Amino acid sequence: MAITRIGRAGAIAAISALALSACATGGTDAPGASGDCAPSDGPVTLTFTSWLPGVEEAVAIWNDENPEVQVEVQTGPNGNGGTYQNFFNQLAAGNAPDLGQIEFDAMPNFRVQDGLENIAACEGILEAEDQFVSWTWSQVTFGEEDAVYAIPQDTGPMAMFYRADLFEEAGIAIPTTWEEYEAAAVQIREKGGYINNFSQSDINAFAGLVWQADGQWFSNDADGWTVDLTGAETTKVAEYWQGLIDNDLVAVYPPWTDEWNAAYNSSELWTWVSAVWGANTIASGAPDTAGNWAVAPMPQWEAGASAAGNWGGSTTAVLKGSDHPYEAAQFALWLNTDADALTAMNRTANIYPATIEGANLPVFGEGVEFYGGQNIYEVFAEAGNNVNPDFTWGPTMTQVYNDVADGFSGAVSGNGTLLEALTAGQASTIAALKAASIPVKE
Amino acid sequence: MTESTDTRALRTQGAKKPARDGGIRESAVSRTVAMAVMAVATLYFLTPLWWLLVASTKTRSDFTTTNPLWFADFALFDNIAALVNYRDGVFLQWLANSALYAGVGALLATLFAAMAGYALAKYTFRGRETLFNVILGGVLVPATALALPLFLLFSQAGATNTIWAVLLPSLVSPFGVYLSRIYAAASVPDEIIEAARIDGAGEVRTFFTVATRLMAPALVTIFLFQFVAIWNNFFLPLIMLRDENLFPVTLGLYVWNTQVSQIPDIRALVVIGSLLSIIPLIVTFLALQRFWQSGLANGGLK
Repeated sequence: MAITRIGRAGAIAAISALALSACATGGTDAPGASGDCAPSDGPVTLTFTSWLPGVEEAVAIWNDENPEVQVEVQTGPNGNGGTYQNFFNQLAAGNAPDLGQIEFDAMPNFRVQDGLENIAACEGILEAEDQFVSWTWSQVTFGEEDAVYAIPQDTGPMAMFYRADLFEEAGIAIPTTWEEYEAAAVQIREKGGYINNFSQSDINAFAGLVWQADGQWFSNDADGWTVDLTGAETTKVAEYWQGLIDNDLVAVYPPWTDEWNAAYNSSELWTWVSAVWGANTIASGAPDTAGNWAVAPMPQWEAGASAAGNWGGSTTAVLKGSDHPYEAAQFALWLNTDADALTAMNRTANIYPATIEGANLPVFGEGVEFYGGQNIYEVFAEAGNNVNPDFTWGPTMTQVYNDVADGFSGAVSGNGTLLEALTAGQASTIAALKAASIPVKE
Repeated sequence: MTESTDTRALRTQGAKKPARDGGIRESAVSRTVAMAVMAVATLYFLTPLWWLLVASTKTRSDFTTTNPLWFADFALFDNIAALVNYRDGVFLQWLANSALYAGVGALLATLFAAMAGYALAKYTFRGRETLFNVILGGVLVPATALALPLFLLFSQAGATNTIWAVLLPSLVSPFGVYLSRIYAAASVPDEIIEAARIDGAGEVRTFFTVATRLMAPALVTIFLFQFVAIWNNFFLPLIMLRDENLFPVTLGLYVWNTQVSQIPDIRALVVIGSLLSIIPLIVTFLALQRFWQSGLANGGLK
């Protein structure tokens, strides 16, 4: 789409600003200097674009309590489904909303294209760091000094959903390492099932597995971006799953389809390594298996370790050009830290909060019937604390996902390998960065 | 006509079956092949519809657990109730919006196209052919390519996220102008216009009372084309609209569909919503089909 080029003209300027402030030599371009964020006079109306179902309920609480600062909710499809492109169009046209929902993996894209306000100078924002799970905060600061570009909203810490009944019946121990996981896969295959389904299109889930293995796909410094889709850790993860695919130990249904749901519902698939929000996916897609599921931490690469990956999660960002950054920042902070707001968003959209306190909300303190009464959220809260805080997303993740998914869908049908797909993705990502005039090191 | 000559030629080359009652008959082979091709095409086009119809009648658990092409427990009306109650009936609002955009848009687009086409056909003025060629060029530009420039234009006017942002761009139909001109040139004789003038009718009155009647089949065709185009137009509203209450049904269902990973239950609503959203199209099409066919055929012949 030709549209994606809009707004990229300023990419060079933006990236040098990013590099500059990273060196903490002072922001020539950064509007973050203190005193920049003052309250507006008089009543304010903020626009807030989010695709979170029912976010209006949480916003209504704020609107009741803050008659002077009213927030108007606008909506659209999810980020990659069109809302990000709309944001970029609106930024170019100068009519972007004050606040927007942006997923963690899209943040660098907006930062590079200079679409975000630095709200570090706004009252209470820097101090809020302690309230959030540590890895989420580094995602919204990019490691820059005196910079906060968004408030983390929700996360997707990963764990292993498994069929407790089937494992027990078969006398197979719950795998705690990836080695045990493969051994269990062989046993399960002998019984006619599959231990898991390898998703050919959820590249961000694969990224979560790489994240757990301490891999890095992107990094950036003053000289530009480094792309590393084929590093040692990524290669390890890719070869592991390639082995499972080659030996027919995992199924390869296209995810999020009826046959995928049916495979879980019919007990053909025994586990799913997924994010906290996957709890509802299974409950909805495999109703006949209610009560038989349980959750355990992700299998580990080293016995006794407790590393976890993350899949998904969003922020609330103040978009560039907002007339009321102070009020917008206050609202964003409230929305993502207030217990009532978080409870409301959990009820309507199943979000799992990014705050440390959020894990203690009453709704997460109870056992879940579908999971045999287990309090599964304890596992996820623990996982959230064990996510590597230094994982960096690249500025063109949509393109990365698309390109790698093309390769992966070939690989699951025996056409090439996962590693070859990543190698091709590496090349196309570097080309995409260059095409967008983003400095990249080869 | 050409068709029958062809088939006759085919027949004589073929098995030389005696033609009974002297009518034009096709060979069994060619007829069988034609029927087979049509049967496959019918199956190809109707299977997704059938799936949609069946899926709409299922409960949430039957949806994943039963044969996707055959009925289980019948829950169509429960599903419809759930759909119209979800988020205070926003789906009905979307249907009404679509009807507004497509209905009013197509009506006015037809009127403008008819006037423009009639003028191009019946009045000689300098630059007429140039103007017509420019409009014809417009047929070649896909609407999708215009969405972003339109967004930037509407942004400058401060009119994004309004009804007008979707309605105004829907009022032009270059193809409609083309069809109107061709049709007016062929079906509105100069003599009748002359007669109307002599009888004292002004140009506007002549157009509305005489020309539009003669052009009716073409106008229905244009209306249908434009109605379907606006109803299915997705990209322009996607870019223009942010207020849920202004969404057409296509955009609304798409937005829901992207939320499936967050709230899986919404999937059932997307399915039943899709079924309901195509019903107005089917009704419109069937009601105006007769005119559509004759208009299309005439347009193609000239």
